[in-house]
Amino acid sequence: MSSTTATLRMNAKQGLNRADHAPQGLIGAPLDRKEGPLKVSGRAPYAYEHHPANVAFGYLVTATIARGKVNGYDFDAALAVPGVVAVIDAGKRTTTQAANTSSNPEQGNDHVTHYGQPLLMVVADTFEAAREAAAKVRVDYAPEEGGRFVLAEEAPKAKTPGYPFFNKANMNTGDFDGAFATAPVQVDATYTTPSQIHAAMEPHAATASWDEAEGKLTIHASYQMIGNVAAQLAKVLGIKADKIHLMSPYVGGGFGSKLGLNPESVMAAVAARALKRPVKIAITRQQLFGISGRRSDSIQRIRLGAEADGRILAIAHESLVSNRDGETFYEPAGISTPTLYAGENRLVSHRQAAMDLMISVSMRAPGEAIGMLALESAMDELAHTLGLDPVELRLRNEPDTDPQAGTPFSTRKLAKCLTQGAEAFGWAERKPQPGARREGDWLVGLGVAALSRNNYLSTSSARVRLTPAGTAEIETDHTDIGTGTYTILAQVAGDVLGLPMDAIEVRLGDSTLPKSSGSGGSWGAASGASSVLVAAEALIEQIAKRLGVEADQLTFKDGQVITGNRTMPLADAVGPEPLEAEGTIQSGAVQLTHTQVAYGAVFAEVAVNAVTGEIRVRRLDATLAAGRILNPKTARSQVLGGLIWGMSGALMEEAALDERRGVFVNHDLAEYHVPVNADAPAIDVTFLEEDDRYANPLGVKGIGELGICGSGAAIANAVFNATGVRVRDFPITLDKLLDGLPD
Amino acid sequence: MPLSPQVAPGGSAPADAPQRLSVTLTVNGEDHALALDSRTTLLDALRDHLHLTGAKKGCDHGQCGACTVLVEGRRINSCLALAAMHEGDAITTIEGVGTPQALHPLQAGFVRHDGYQCGYCTPGQIMSALGMVEEHRQGWPSHATGSVADRPALTREEIAERMSGNICRCAAYPNIVDAISEFAGEQPA
Amino acid sequence: MRPFTLTRAASPEEAVAETGARYIAGGTNLLDLMKLGIETPARLVDISRLPLNEVEEADGGLRIGSQVPNSDLAAHDLVRTRYPLLAEALLAGASGQLRNKATTGGNLLQRTRCYYFYDSALPCNKRDPGSGCGAIGGVNRIHAILGTSDKCIATHPSDMAVAMLALDAKVETLRPGGATRTLPLAELHRLPGDTPHIDTNLKPGELITAVVLPPPPPGRQLYRKVRDRASYAFALVSVAAAIEVADGRIASARLAFGGLAHKPWRNPDVEAALVGARPDDAAFRGAAAVLLAGAEGQGGNDFKIPLLRRTLVAALRDATEGTAR
Repeated sequence: MSSTTATLRMNAKQGLNRADHAPQGLIGAPLDRKEGPLKVSGRAPYAYEHHPANVAFGYLVTATIARGKVNGYDFDAALAVPGVVAVIDAGKRTTTQAANTSSNPEQGNDHVTHYGQPLLMVVADTFEAAREAAAKVRVDYAPEEGGRFVLAEEAPKAKTPGYPFFNKANMNTGDFDGAFATAPVQVDATYTTPSQIHAAMEPHAATASWDEAEGKLTIHASYQMIGNVAAQLAKVLGIKADKIHLMSPYVGGGFGSKLGLNPESVMAAVAARALKRPVKIAITRQQLFGISGRRSDSIQRIRLGAEADGRILAIAHESLVSNRDGETFYEPAGISTPTLYAGENRLVSHRQAAMDLMISVSMRAPGEAIGMLALESAMDELAHTLGLDPVELRLRNEPDTDPQAGTPFSTRKLAKCLTQGAEAFGWAERKPQPGARREGDWLVGLGVAALSRNNYLSTSSARVRLTPAGTAEIETDHTDIGTGTYTILAQVAGDVLGLPMDAIEVRLGDSTLPKSSGSGGSWGAASGASSVLVAAEALIEQIAKRLGVEADQLTFKDGQVITGNRTMPLADAVGPEPLEAEGTIQSGAVQLTHTQVAYGAVFAEVAVNAVTGEIRVRRLDATLAAGRILNPKTARSQVLGGLIWGMSGALMEEAALDERRGVFVNHDLAEYHVPVNADAPAIDVTFLEEDDRYANPLGVKGIGELGICGSGAAIANAVFNATGVRVRDFPITLDKLLDGLPD
Repeated sequence: MPLSPQVAPGGSAPADAPQRLSVTLTVNGEDHALALDSRTTLLDALRDHLHLTGAKKGCDHGQCGACTVLVEGRRINSCLALAAMHEGDAITTIEGVGTPQALHPLQAGFVRHDGYQCGYCTPGQIMSALGMVEEHRQGWPSHATGSVADRPALTREEIAERMSGNICRCAAYPNIVDAISEFAGEQPA
Repeated sequence: MRPFTLTRAASPEEAVAETGARYIAGGTNLLDLMKLGIETPARLVDISRLPLNEVEEADGGLRIGSQVPNSDLAAHDLVRTRYPLLAEALLAGASGQLRNKATTGGNLLQRTRCYYFYDSALPCNKRDPGSGCGAIGGVNRIHAILGTSDKCIATHPSDMAVAMLALDAKVETLRPGGATRTLPLAELHRLPGDTPHIDTNLKPGELITAVVLPPPPPGRQLYRKVRDRASYAFALVSVAAAIEVADGRIASARLAFGGLAHKPWRNPDVEAALVGARPDDAAFRGAAAVLLAGAEGQGGNDFKIPLLRRTLVAALRDATEGTAR
């Protein structure tokens, strides 16, 4: 078998490539998901849905205090439960949810840092016995006083975080204080957001088997990034990463909660190894509210100083967020503020307080989800103060270049998104005066916000193989968490190699496959698909060599290879042995020379019941410019999900904290509200033509989070337009509107 | 030297013994004789004992709908049903609706309309929709119905209300309604 | 979950003969709570197949078997046409799947959704008498404003029960030994007092066999539920109303409320304040003032007082609109 490797580092803008010819018409086509028939027929197996012989069932024991020491455990009653195999005390290896970048996920189980922390796992022959016994484990705690649960109270002790991942925590350009103080028009508003929970529909789960002879672990688990997690798990278990076979071909939602190592994988692996028996476990929904990580709560102060015509002179976004002791990740709420609007005097800062709550991790659109909620609410407040149309205010503050870094934008079509979106939505019908439109018992308001999400590329590799049958196989440890990875990778390979979709097999989510970017940060499509492009082009080089021609003389279409007036089946060009190539994409200099952001504008129509304050979002229209769209069907779905997620953050989601105990008391899906079908508005999504070859060779940008990054603000602004009530303490639940509603 | 876990072995002392029951479940037209703990839910019997994992466990408390199956043609949350209480009932799971090679029209509609993303809630959505369309056919009203005495048309608003027991965190809701709406429109009245 | 023995009763008499056992029918609340270790029965009697699943006309009203599922009851023609507020309340509760399983009797016996009741690691006098009330001074946005005690501020979660209370429903029961009794629904549920762990006035082993509705009340009926989601959420507050207007005056009024108290709430003084009055905002506000005279918030739920006032006034407007107003 012939095998080559090829790497593309994004050091320069890319030109056209074979995928632009799209001989199969796949790229840009609204194709159905490749794995769809398996999902709709219940045949796609998720992590818990594997059945090794003699598998035992695990159930976690979790902490019932928020802070303190564990003096000891009493297992006797648990062990007496018929069917119980063991209680697993993994000692120092016990983990709770780990950040994806954590090199030290172990937490141990001798001290408690938050309510719900995993301590032990009971293993039994049946799920029922494991659950019963877990409730019978007695933990002797020495609780500690002085729990740190309330963000505002911890503010004085907050520190500047050191995490370099997104951008610098603090940025200061010009003279903010001076410019703000003398600005003719000022907005100074503080917004708060509570802790939020990912609540992926599939709970964290694992099925682990240990091969004693090989010293090898086989584990089906639910993860967004395979390579990192396999390495973290190897470290915790004290074995080499190549002794772990981790598989996540189907992931029932992640949203950031499955980026880093999860505790059930560790416990299942430790148990399978110790008991010489396969073990499976799914964390219960209630337990996930103490394990799966949260989006940090936040207190965000935004100050905008403007000329009377709306031009911003000074802009500040100061955020206080929280995490556990020792965690470096912080919720970068101010992440879009450096680049979104013009203004010479700028201040963005973040401080992080240590709290005795569950770890804060990335949750869909970390930073923007709550930061754009605040910033775009403040822009609406500024527009209202100025008496200026909110769309016009934004247009007047369009920067020519990145106002913070000074670099050019790779592409930026925010203005067009705003104007075209306004037209399509019927924005002109908006009454600037709040509370001016009433239909029966309902007050109706319109709102707008910009969408802005920084664009990333992450190192990613994929192997593409051409078989002697003339079909292709794509292999990468990339994941499809509902994003459409299976489909878009095949679309790219098909258009480069001239193959129809059904001639392409895609294997994902397997730690034995080339390491990918994984799914997170909205970089999955750009990174994964670019690596497939690179690999497929390298395969074409191999075929050209075999045929003794230059690659640019070859055309691939419908499973045929055409050169000059000669046409042959691809199978013949491949020959008797498979050809394979591994392609790698890496970010490079263009990440620094050009500011890369995906943009959009979202318009909302909201009805607020004048009697009760109940809010119904009637319409959301989003116009987006996010590079080329590989698959408008799956991309639109990503945007739908993002828009509704943003709505949910603005109106519903709150992990309700008992401030005395450090407990998120509404720890189930009945009381932690995420939207149901009846909450979903009518949604219209429009993608503007865009092609960003600074971003990657396919010209695509991330789309999985963009919808969130402003939709909540558009809704909040529409609520204000409907009622005249400005709620700055999210979520906007009906109780916060009552005082301002007509009697 | 890797650290060993402390493993306390079980089964050492007597306690309340669980009741073991012989239960025959009729699933997708086939009888399955099972020996089950009385505590085993219909959902766990399907998933852990019959390896029919199309019905999903999302919350195990009737708060998400991922476990929806049909019992005697009616949609229920199988997580809140004891398996032993459903002996003799005709149970239909997603596996009995269609196969990847021969999808039911509603399943095909979910694929065509992209009525899912991660796919975990999807079998429950489809089973719920099948039950719901039948409920509507029988003239049942819903909370969205103007007057409960009416027999409402299956509008988007009616579908959304009737499908609100199935949470989709990916929020494929508009596409789910599209898929169901198309399917229901094709159904003979 | 504690192990239990499960038996199936062939008749109501056989069911009540199983002394010391708990009845299971739909299981939608009991199993939920058993999984969390909140309910710990050692014996369950399956009553789901008892012949108590008919809706029959009786004395101008309806007798509803305790095993009639919520969905069938909501879809029943006589309920939809004569007792629309009951159908509306049922359809405003839970989800399609849950309504297919939940029964009439079981719905009445639902336990509270208080967060502290639902977490066995937190104090709750209802779950663990003497352990304290976590909700007082804690997260209490969903809690009671009427009839609370210093032991418990939980609410009753049922919509159906609120509607039935407004309809003057009665509950028929069968007791071990074969004795039957009929008690007004108003006497089924209790206030928490010092014994919040006791939800109802049923005796040990007493089985609800039917709910009897008297002939429908005159006038217009409605059920208005206010909640945090558009669907599939418990009531923050709810109002069940049946109002008759004659000759420009309110001739009769039946009002019951959900989300306010440890039991579905009805206060005859509220209705008395309306009867004889002109159906106008002054009368409606007066009724709301009577209802809320003793209402007390706990911090997080203070908003329920104005919310209920507003909702009641609006419901009364709707119920009397187009009459002589």
